[in-house]
Amino acid sequence: MKRIAFATLVALSFSAGLVAQGGQTAQATPPPPPDPRVGLKAGFRDAGTAARNMVLVSSLPKPEGFDDPDGSKGLTFANSDIAFGHDTLYLGNFYGINFYDVEDPSKVRLKTSIPCQGGQGDVSVYGKLLFMSVEATSGRIDCGPAPVVAPAPPAPNAAGAAAPAGRGGRGAQQAPDPNRFRGVRIFDISDPLKPKQIAAVQTCRGSHTHSLVTSAKDKDNIYIYGSGTSGVRPGEELAGCVADENDPNTSLFSIDVIKVPLASPEKAAVVNRPRIFADEATGALGGLWQGGNHGAGTQTSRMTNQCHDITVYPALGLAAGACSGNGILLDISDPAHPVRLDDVADPNFAYWHSASFNNDGTKVLFTDEWGGGTSPRCRATDLPTWGADAIFTLTNKRLKFAGYYKLPAAQTETENCVAHNGSLVPVPGRDIKAQAWYQGGVSVFDFTDGARPVEIAFFDRGPLSDTKLIVGGYWSTYWYNGYIYASEIARGLDVLKLTPSDLLTQNEIDAANLVKFTELNVQSQPKIVWPAKFVVAKAYLDQLARSKAIPADRIDAAMKQISDVDAMPAGAARTAAAARLAPLAAAFTKDAATAKGQDAARLKALAAVILAAK
Amino acid sequence: MLSLTALPLAIVALIFQTAPPSIVKPGAPGQPSTTLSAPPPSPAPKHTAADTKFMQGMIHHHAQAIEMVELLKTRTTRKDMQLLGKKIEVSQNDEIKMMKNWLKDRGEDVPMDHGGGQMMLMGAGGGMMAPMPGMLTEKQMAALAAAKGPAFDKLFLEGMIQHHIGALTMVEELFGTPGAGQESIIFDFASHVDADQRMDISRMRAMLQTKDKK
Repeated sequence: MKRIAFATLVALSFSAGLVAQGGQTAQATPPPPPDPRVGLKAGFRDAGTAARNMVLVSSLPKPEGFDDPDGSKGLTFANSDIAFGHDTLYLGNFYGINFYDVEDPSKVRLKTSIPCQGGQGDVSVYGKLLFMSVEATSGRIDCGPAPVVAPAPPAPNAAGAAAPAGRGGRGAQQAPDPNRFRGVRIFDISDPLKPKQIAAVQTCRGSHTHSLVTSAKDKDNIYIYGSGTSGVRPGEELAGCVADENDPNTSLFSIDVIKVPLASPEKAAVVNRPRIFADEATGALGGLWQGGNHGAGTQTSRMTNQCHDITVYPALGLAAGACSGNGILLDISDPAHPVRLDDVADPNFAYWHSASFNNDGTKVLFTDEWGGGTSPRCRATDLPTWGADAIFTLTNKRLKFAGYYKLPAAQTETENCVAHNGSLVPVPGRDIKAQAWYQGGVSVFDFTDGARPVEIAFFDRGPLSDTKLIVGGYWSTYWYNGYIYASEIARGLDVLKLTPSDLLTQNEIDAANLVKFTELNVQSQPKIVWPAKFVVAKAYLDQLARSKAIPADRIDAAMKQISDVDAMPAGAARTAAAARLAPLAAAFTKDAATAKGQDAARLKALAAVILAAK
Repeated sequence: MLSLTALPLAIVALIFQTAPPSIVKPGAPGQPSTTLSAPPPSPAPKHTAADTKFMQGMIHHHAQAIEMVELLKTRTTRKDMQLLGKKIEVSQNDEIKMMKNWLKDRGEDVPMDHGGGQMMLMGAGGGMMAPMPGMLTEKQMAALAAAKGPAFDKLFLEGMIQHHIGALTMVEELFGTPGAGQESIIFDFASHVDADQRMDISRMRAMLQTKDKK
């Protein structure tokens, strides 16, 4: 009886999800072939793999001293986030950082290992500076191992003495230790073979993640937004830290703004702890997600009080924060003083984890890390609206829900799987993201229509074990200069590449590959501008053919005209031929006036690139 | 001097030769780094008695939440309550599984269900487990089981908020014990319990203000 009620509930929820995604209803089409990601063989080095529209280019196991093949050390040696600078990939790990030479993506080479524990090891790079997040209580200022602490005397199985009420953070009573480090480390990497720690900025809750903020108006400094999700340290260990959430000076309900003077980065310091959750009307520090009169047994407030991750988009002067119970939008035009512009909640979200803007800044995609990343949340029984991405439109600095996206292939009980970190794949005219789903692999999808995201490509391995859940899979999958680099928590570093298909043409891939970064920190989103090349025009034409915005014969004719010019060698003849494409551009400009939505934008951009390409 | 046959081999070796990685142990800020010949041995912090007690206690604690959700399935008409119940059930069932594995892997005693909301430990110092912080009393559970409709909804939400706050207290106790909560899995898990249950509490408080949402 209970089971029947349960099944009904699931069915109801599924249909509710469909309505939320634009009122589509199920159609009487034949069932699709089984997804090749289902039923893959388990294994550490010999797991089965499935791929569509992308290939694995190379794979490098974790280096000596950072590996844990049987998973018995938990997250101690887990690979985490990635940053890029020129030909070097900086791979964070709970036990330090590894530098990889990726000049030849098919032969990735380990350059430098820095053992330095403290987790999560979130990394960012800026010129010769490398930043690293440390949150765990085991972190030490000099990267040394934590002192051995005598185990606490065995306690009886009773509940024990009640903890003081109203203490807002964990670790509040941890014995003070002057050598403990929790915060953001700064390394000088001018000699990449011998990095040197130049600063270690202590914060009250440590740094779970951080984001690098630049400002065109303040070129002498960069800023780091540190998000702490862990316990508050005692004031005796770090002056000014206050764990009590009812204290007006509480270290909860804020982020850490660290100012880094570029002329003397060793002087980096926390300059602000803005109250970005505060209620404007009442001044209450935790203004978001409150329920008013909380009823019996709810005396202490215990509310959501932190951001997990913030993605900044300096070119827009905006940041999107994934802040436990809410998605928030911040004005960062004054980077030291971010101001909240909007906030949203979602009934299906358990834990707001991370955010990405689309390149135009007209959408924000938030992820829900339901289960914290160590749980299996992509089973056939897990709702497609839970542990998913929620896509919001961003208009006039207001967020509005559009739809959900979740990995469309069921994973097993022994695979931790939920929405995690990804980056944009810079295909002009489309919003495409390559996203990590832990042991669900990588899913590349189009969210140009936020209400109807579509998967383009994937790569997935079988579970690490088919008898028990060992935490592993992709932490981050980021596109960088033509390749998708994937940080595998347990197995190492993978390099992948997109292959052409109906869903993504060679022209679109080539146009994306024109984008060359010299540095990339995904949570510090760069504005992508495509060079005026004919292949960009071809990519738009492919898209207009796919959406049927322009009749096929006109697309074919335009493609031929453009290809003919593009085939010519550089010189006066080519320049003259390119100039003769002006009427073609004019025709597309005319089409743009009556086209709808994204196609109008594509037509305008197409006309512009035809005129500009030489 | 290289012989003619050795020369090609030397060239091949040169092409494929890759410099060994530089292993660098940083110093404190401003202090020089040290180059090492091999990474230092595993620093993985070991679990402590307080960690074990936390995991055992949390299994007991979570088991009551599952019992409460069982009651919810037949006693509420609110869809938002049903969804909340499902979320709690899925989350806490998985976490129980994870905690049992964690204890088993470390050779620690796994609590056994003794029926009627009772849990038992077999090993040294074992026996019936005392209630964990925030757990509903037998009387509260009976009142919940006897209620229906809006009265049930109110009791459930208040009871689950009380229950969740107890979990936060358990996390505080764990991290407040010297040396405890440092092993990576337990650090991650306890941090997650804290964040997750705070979210649920906020959500449930909002639901207490909403009368009926079918």
